[in-house]
Amino acid sequence: MTTADLDFVKSGAEGLIRRKRLVALAVPVLIAVYFAYVFVAFDIPGLVKRANWDNAVTLASDSWSYKVHVTRSNATGAIDYAVEGERKGAYPEGARPDWVTGDDVVTVDLGKGYAVRLLPANRTEIEIPGFGLIEAQAEGRRVTTNLGEDVPDWINASDRRVAVTTPEGRITMTGSKTEVFNYFPGWELFWFTFESPYHGQSLTRILFGDRIDPERANISGALSDWWNNPMWRHKDVAWAIGETILMAFLGTMGAALIALPLAFLAARRFTPFVALRSLTRRIFDFVRGVDALIWTVVLARAFGPGPLTGSLAILITDMGTFGKIFSEALENVDQKQIEGVSSTGAKPLQRYRFGVIPQVVPVLLAQVLYFLESNTRSATIIGAITGGGIGLMLTQAIQTQKDWEEVAYYIILVIAMVMLMDWFSGWLRGRLIGRKD
Amino acid sequence: MTDAALGKADSPATLDAIQSSYMVQVQRRRLYGGLTLMIFVLLMVSGFVVADDRNAGGFWDGLHQIGDYPAAVLSEAWAKRADLPALMQRFFPALIETINIAAVSTLIGACAGLVLSLLSTRGLARWPRLIPVFRRLMDVMRAVPEIVIALVLIFVLGGGPVPAMIAIAIHTAGALGKMFSEVAENADLKPVEGLASTGATWSQRMWLGILPQVAPNYLSYALLRFEINIRASAILGFVGAGGLGYELRNAMAWGPGRFDEAAAIFILLFGTIVFFDQLSSRYRNRLTEGGHA
Repeated sequence: MTTADLDFVKSGAEGLIRRKRLVALAVPVLIAVYFAYVFVAFDIPGLVKRANWDNAVTLASDSWSYKVHVTRSNATGAIDYAVEGERKGAYPEGARPDWVTGDDVVTVDLGKGYAVRLLPANRTEIEIPGFGLIEAQAEGRRVTTNLGEDVPDWINASDRRVAVTTPEGRITMTGSKTEVFNYFPGWELFWFTFESPYHGQSLTRILFGDRIDPERANISGALSDWWNNPMWRHKDVAWAIGETILMAFLGTMGAALIALPLAFLAARRFTPFVALRSLTRRIFDFVRGVDALIWTVVLARAFGPGPLTGSLAILITDMGTFGKIFSEALENVDQKQIEGVSSTGAKPLQRYRFGVIPQVVPVLLAQVLYFLESNTRSATIIGAITGGGIGLMLTQAIQTQKDWEEVAYYIILVIAMVMLMDWFSGWLRGRLIGRKD
Repeated sequence: MTDAALGKADSPATLDAIQSSYMVQVQRRRLYGGLTLMIFVLLMVSGFVVADDRNAGGFWDGLHQIGDYPAAVLSEAWAKRADLPALMQRFFPALIETINIAAVSTLIGACAGLVLSLLSTRGLARWPRLIPVFRRLMDVMRAVPEIVIALVLIFVLGGGPVPAMIAIAIHTAGALGKMFSEVAENADLKPVEGLASTGATWSQRMWLGILPQVAPNYLSYALLRFEINIRASAILGFVGAGGLGYELRNAMAWGPGRFDEAAAIFILLFGTIVFFDQLSSRYRNRLTEGGHA
């Protein structure tokens, strides 16, 4: 190598390094500029202002706790006790929680010295340690209290409505009713509601004790009461999860079954006609490009909401994806095996069966099983749009904005479902293809 | 035993025995194969029946109507075809928002996935004891469907692009982290050792020793993700997270009379998806085949 050559190479290398340096500097700067643009475009400062952090607190605390409502109707003087204030969670007639005492004067003990006394003639007294006694009187549509003008910020008082928030519970008073909310950790009534005779019974009593309900055997009765629990609706939830998995299964497998023969048409190896080949490919590109969202919307119009619509949407979208992947796999098959099979005098169909299929099946199966797992997630989302499965229950629970413990329950179930499908598809792949990863 | 068996191998009786045992094996395999197939077909058929049963409209009734909605949309759009360019222009900002959601979440997700993957790869991890922790973390991030995070965040932050962006970014970080870590496992460790001998810190070793090796593969995976995320951001828009999906839901809620809007959005969405699909597959081919042609 002469010196001139060396100089040339050197200057070339220097130029290369300069360019690399420029790129190394320019890329982060570009990304930073883009982020700055998005910061403005997404209106992040406005978002921080608009964000409702109280909602976040409610969500975080309600997801692992429940509240019992004690409600006095000021018109009749009747006092109701219900979990989450729902009729399905109401205490049976004549029963009440053990932290409520007294007959004429009903005392609700919130704990740590906080207490509410519901007195006759629609009077209410709230005892708050370190603050004193709040007295309230409901008359007609007005509430009068002994609070002055200057109230702390955990009390929200007007002549129509007084709301007191304490660390142990909340009290709201209006002219028509007085409500006390007492908070407890846990998911109440998860197993049995108050209507069930098994509520409050220990597990050993249900399993080994005498019949609690004379009509039914303990275990089957308890199972059926749990299964039909009206608060948590275990039966509906199980069906919804089944629907979601069904959508993923039917969609993925159906797509694979339809895409396999079509993939032969799209592979150069097996289809000599250019027009047919490119037509099939365009169809694959089209159904993939239209996207699951649009397919869901279109199909929901024809088939109505439900799991069938969801599985068809997955089927059509994935047919395009599978068609593309399968035809690529078919292009890459080894010709030698096909030749070997045909040398034994095999007919075309036998050549496909014994020369091609064994080569591509592992690739195809791996893809199909991978999609099965990923489609379980898609089915949750599609279910939310088309109205089926656990996705729908989840969106409904979030949109009602009050049963956050149910939302937490569904989220845990969804994550468990996806992880289970992930594990299952991995296991099946290991069994069928004999390769673990 | 083996010797004796080998010695008698050419006697016709043993040959028959071998053949019949082979036939038994083949028959058993066929039986198993047939059984698997039968179970599969049974599952498909019963699954279809159940799905059909629980659907609001039946499959066979719906099949006739499948073309009705597209036909109605297309005919109305055709009747008002003069307005389409104006409508598309109107929805263009929404399209940009959808693309922005996908791009930002891919960028953030890829950065987080990069760190997570390096932290959870054997031989590269900063804290080898914590590898299982980071792996489980990625599993959970992958398992949570975007819609769950998006809906919860919409409740807290209000509607708009940010909840969707965060939701997709979390999922992307988990998904890319796993793929990145598979690539990083095959990286050559010699540059890392060389850098370590000069006293380089962990981040320097990763930045200078590993990243140049894996960058083409990482970029290719990130591009594929970007493509997937455009679809995801459109879908999340439909449940209230802004962008084109949100506009689509509004246009659809109006029903007939506004089908031209729906058609404009369909066209925009289809065009965008196909465009980025082609773009990313071209660049991915270039990246994985190495040549910068």
